[in-house]
Amino acid sequence: MSWATRILKVGRIVQASPAAPARTVPSPTGTRASLQIRHVDAGSCNGCELELSGAFSSVYDAEQFGARLVASPRHADALVVTGVVTHNMRGPLIDTLAATPEPKLVIAMGDCACDGGMFRNGYGVAGAVGDFVPVDVELRGCPPTPDQIVETLRKVTGR
Amino acid sequence: MALSIALAALQVLLVLVGAPLVIGAMRQVRARLEGRRGGGVGQPWRDLRKLFRKQQITPEGTTVVFRAAPFVLLGSALLIAAIIPVVSLGSPLDSSGDFVAVVGLLFLGTVALALAALDTGTAFGGMGSSRQMTVVALVEPTILLVLFTLSLRVHSANLAEIAGGTLANPAQAFSLGRVLAFASLVIVIIAETGRLPVDNPATHLELTMIHEAMTLEYAGPRLGLVEWASGMRLTVLLVLLANLFFPWGVAPGGPGLVQVLIAVAAIVAKVAVLAMALSVGETFLAKLRLFRVPELLAGSFLLGILAVTASSFLPAAGR
Amino acid sequence: MKRDPVASGTAVRSGTGVASGAPAVSGGVTAALGALGVVVGLRAVFGAPLHASIGWLVPFAGLRIDLDPLGGAFMALTGAVAAAVGVYAIGYARREHWARFPLVMLPVFVLTLLVVPAAGSVTTFLFGWEAMALTSLALVLTEHHRDEVRSAGLFYAVLTQIGFVAILVALVSLSSASGSGDFAGIRAAAGDLGPALRNGVFLLTVVGFGSKAGLLPLHAWLPRAHPEAPSPVSALMSAAMVNLGIYGIVRIDVQALGGGPRWWGTTLMVVGAASAVFGVLQASVSADLKRLLAYSTTENMGLIAMAIGASMLLGASGLASVAAIALTAALLHLVAHAAFKALGFLAAGSVLAGTGLRDLDRLGGLARRMPYTTVLFGIAALGATGLPLGAGFVGEWLLLQSLIHTPQGDNTLLSLVIPLSIGALALTTGLGIVAMVKAFGIGFLARPRSEGAEKAREASPTMLVGMALAALGCVVVAVAPAALGPALTRVASTLPSVGGDQGPKLGAILRLPGAAGSVSPAILAAAFAVAISLVLLLARWGVGARPAAVVRPLWAGGGPALTPRMQYTATSFAEPLQRVFDDVLRPDTDVAVTHVAESRYLIEKITFRTAQADAVEEHLYWPVVRAVAAVARGVRKAHTGSIHLYLLFGTIGLLVVIVVGR
Ligand code: SF4
Repeated sequence: MSWATRILKVGRIVQASPAAPARTVPSPTGTRASLQIRHVDAGSCNGCELELSGAFSSVYDAEQFGARLVASPRHADALVVTGVVTHNMRGPLIDTLAATPEPKLVIAMGDCACDGGMFRNGYGVAGAVGDFVPVDVELRGCPPTPDQIVETLRKVTGR
Repeated sequence: MALSIALAALQVLLVLVGAPLVIGAMRQVRARLEGRRGGGVGQPWRDLRKLFRKQQITPEGTTVVFRAAPFVLLGSALLIAAIIPVVSLGSPLDSSGDFVAVVGLLFLGTVALALAALDTGTAFGGMGSSRQMTVVALVEPTILLVLFTLSLRVHSANLAEIAGGTLANPAQAFSLGRVLAFASLVIVIIAETGRLPVDNPATHLELTMIHEAMTLEYAGPRLGLVEWASGMRLTVLLVLLANLFFPWGVAPGGPGLVQVLIAVAAIVAKVAVLAMALSVGETFLAKLRLFRVPELLAGSFLLGILAVTASSFLPAAGR
Repeated sequence: MKRDPVASGTAVRSGTGVASGAPAVSGGVTAALGALGVVVGLRAVFGAPLHASIGWLVPFAGLRIDLDPLGGAFMALTGAVAAAVGVYAIGYARREHWARFPLVMLPVFVLTLLVVPAAGSVTTFLFGWEAMALTSLALVLTEHHRDEVRSAGLFYAVLTQIGFVAILVALVSLSSASGSGDFAGIRAAAGDLGPALRNGVFLLTVVGFGSKAGLLPLHAWLPRAHPEAPSPVSALMSAAMVNLGIYGIVRIDVQALGGGPRWWGTTLMVVGAASAVFGVLQASVSADLKRLLAYSTTENMGLIAMAIGASMLLGASGLASVAAIALTAALLHLVAHAAFKALGFLAAGSVLAGTGLRDLDRLGGLARRMPYTTVLFGIAALGATGLPLGAGFVGEWLLLQSLIHTPQGDNTLLSLVIPLSIGALALTTGLGIVAMVKAFGIGFLARPRSEGAEKAREASPTMLVGMALAALGCVVVAVAPAALGPALTRVASTLPSVGGDQGPKLGAILRLPGAAGSVSPAILAAAFAVAISLVLLLARWGVGARPAAVVRPLWAGGGPALTPRMQYTATSFAEPLQRVFDDVLRPDTDVAVTHVAESRYLIEKITFRTAQADAVEEHLYWPVVRAVAAVARGVRKAHTGSIHLYLLFGTIGLLVVIVVGR
């Protein structure tokens, strides 16, 4: 129970969030503050995954802006794709997008996903995310920090 | 008659509107306890609105069972909301469906979803369905034992009768048998609605899923119906828990406006308290390994047996 | 268990060749007999009792028919099942190329089924009973070239004869003690019989009739013989013949003997509860469609026996009105079970005829290939789950109500027995849902798991009509049980010892006399329809903003497309349950791991095998069989062939007799 007492002492762990950024991407269904995300690791070094889970942790709490990670692309409004697209993940990436109901977004997260980053010319690499599926939002950084992730998500959810 | 039908409609409306808020409140409590800010109580409503505006996807090879299941699931939940005493004891359907029928309707929904999951023919669907049915097989006996305990004194399984019996004789509300029955019903609700520690509603790991595994193929409006129905099933079970054990505040049959308003306020308060308590409990629990779940349910079955025994062998205790 | 698709077609084809019209004649006669049974039976229920005796027909005592409302109801029920089965058999026999023998035996079997409840005397009854046993045995052995069938026939022959001996002893001693050969005379003299005789008769009838009804412990023939018989015969056996076991108990113990001390009812409840729980457990882990249905028969007969036991117990405790609820529960569930089980077996027969399979692990995908059969089996399965809107609901509801409404006071026996029976009933219904979800979901939905299922074809029109008749019965019991009300009241009135004259009123709303409790399946069904239409409205929310609906491949987790072999099977579906209950079920599982030669850390293949035997059979019958065999071997040792030794045995035996007899 020690962490519970700590919560009681400290109060909220979540850090204060800045004012909502301007909404640059229209949220897919026109519903504010509701964005279900299916995460696809297309061949990442797992650095981006660490930061992504950080963004949904108690400190950054992306959920307060209406974003939530879900288990099936059928439930999702957006795919967050991390890493370069390897030959083996190319098919699954395309399938996953096809399994997602319209309207939908693709968020390419990290330098690798945006343009191949440091793995651009690797032997197992098929290309960047944009080479295979249409990318709606690019999130640069290697890896992007949770703050950046949250900010990008807020631009989509509009909250 | 017109009044009682209007009241039943009010109950249905209340549960329809309230169910997503119950889920939202539970998530919110959890978020706060984890030190987060949370998406707010209205988040499930926003998600629902969005889901109904999304594309409907029918997986290849599925039959009408897959398409109809969300409707059966939600329809049964609506019917239950009309039968049970949410606001008033005078539901027009009270004489048509008693506790046994309500439990049966609840399982009818479960069965529909389990069949839909099998219908997809995916490994995860079959897995979720198999697990859910195992839980049902162990939950149903406990529910009937609880029912037996509750109906023992009033000699009726009709819900208005049970709630009315407690109102008329408040002393018996805290008899040993009822306390045990309450505990075992709580476990049953947790298991049947897929909450921690039986099932983790927020999990992304398919292999640990029960309820979520059955809904993996649903998208858009059908998913919306399923989620809405899940919320409603939790809500009606909490209402049952509240109004069978603590019926104070429920309006009698044929009530006045003030009584109805009081009853609405009372049930909202009661369900809110129960939902939050459940959520607080959940936050402190980890999910049980699947094959430990039967032990938990066997425990609740045992509690149910004890409740029945206590009620029938210690009649003086609460009569 | 597994039949290859080719064998099923040729299984009963005979060399002699049967005229193409023969199935129609056989099925038509069967259906006509059934219809006649319904008419005569209902006349006896509502009109004057029917008496007839034909002196020359049966040796020694002549055939004596005495049809009262009780017998009439069972006759009508049997007839209704036979009518549906008869129509179905026309198409089935044609498709399966039945030989002349089963075609002739089918109507004969139905005739014997109709005679048993009409029998007015002990001799007629025993004659009919044995004729029924023999004709059904002959029908079970239709496909005698298969080993399973022969083993099932052996089981059936042995157990049914043990049962018959018990019944024979009971009835003969009853009639000799009461000095009358007919049931009416026995009933008149029943009050003067000694308690030892009455108790003995009760126990023997529970064993004998219980064996026919598939009650523990002499149930083992049922899950073997019912599945192995051709499906129309399975339906007759599981929906009509087992009922006559219940009929025997009601006729002798409840009506003729007028009930007994409280341990009678308690015994029957214990036997019933054990059968119900055991049957449903076996059903829920069974992967063979027909075997699953057969075990479900044991389950439901157990529930009915429980209800009758409850009514006897309550009647003996002076709670006539509650006893009447339990009695009504038994009778109603009997009708419901007959309807949904007949339908279930007929649909299983269609599956067998259409795919050559009854192994659920290899079925699947029938919903697209056999849509009508799927819907019909769905109705049967819903009935068997005991959920609302299904046929089994009202009977189970009434049984539960009778248990709830039992005033317990300081009656220790009641306050011990009643809660435990509720526990058993509850466990049974819970597991029953699993079994039926498995049968329907695995067998009919999803994608075919084998070539046989892939090539399934729909049942023929007559088969569908036969099934539709049975489905009609299911729907009536499910939605409008009130239609059966008058008949049940008449039947119950012949059973005063269990409060038959004050039973519940089966109106549009079922109300219990002297107790607050009611349910209305019809109104529930209507309200459910309203609720569904409301949901249809709700689902239109946001329809304007919604992109057009699409059909997409299954989401395979991103991997390559899912193959049918990746689906859950019946065995895997039941695996968690099997684990939970492995103390009772004692499954025989075996995992063999083969390592690659170079390293024991690398695995080449893993073989998993699981088999589910009947635990009672395993741990009760085989020890007895082994003991008998051992004794027989010991006896054989004494048989040396030496005449001197035999003379010595004879002398010793004579001496023992003299010493003991003195
Ligand atoms: S962007 Fe950086 S952290 Fe992210 S996957 Fe690529 S290399 Fe790893």
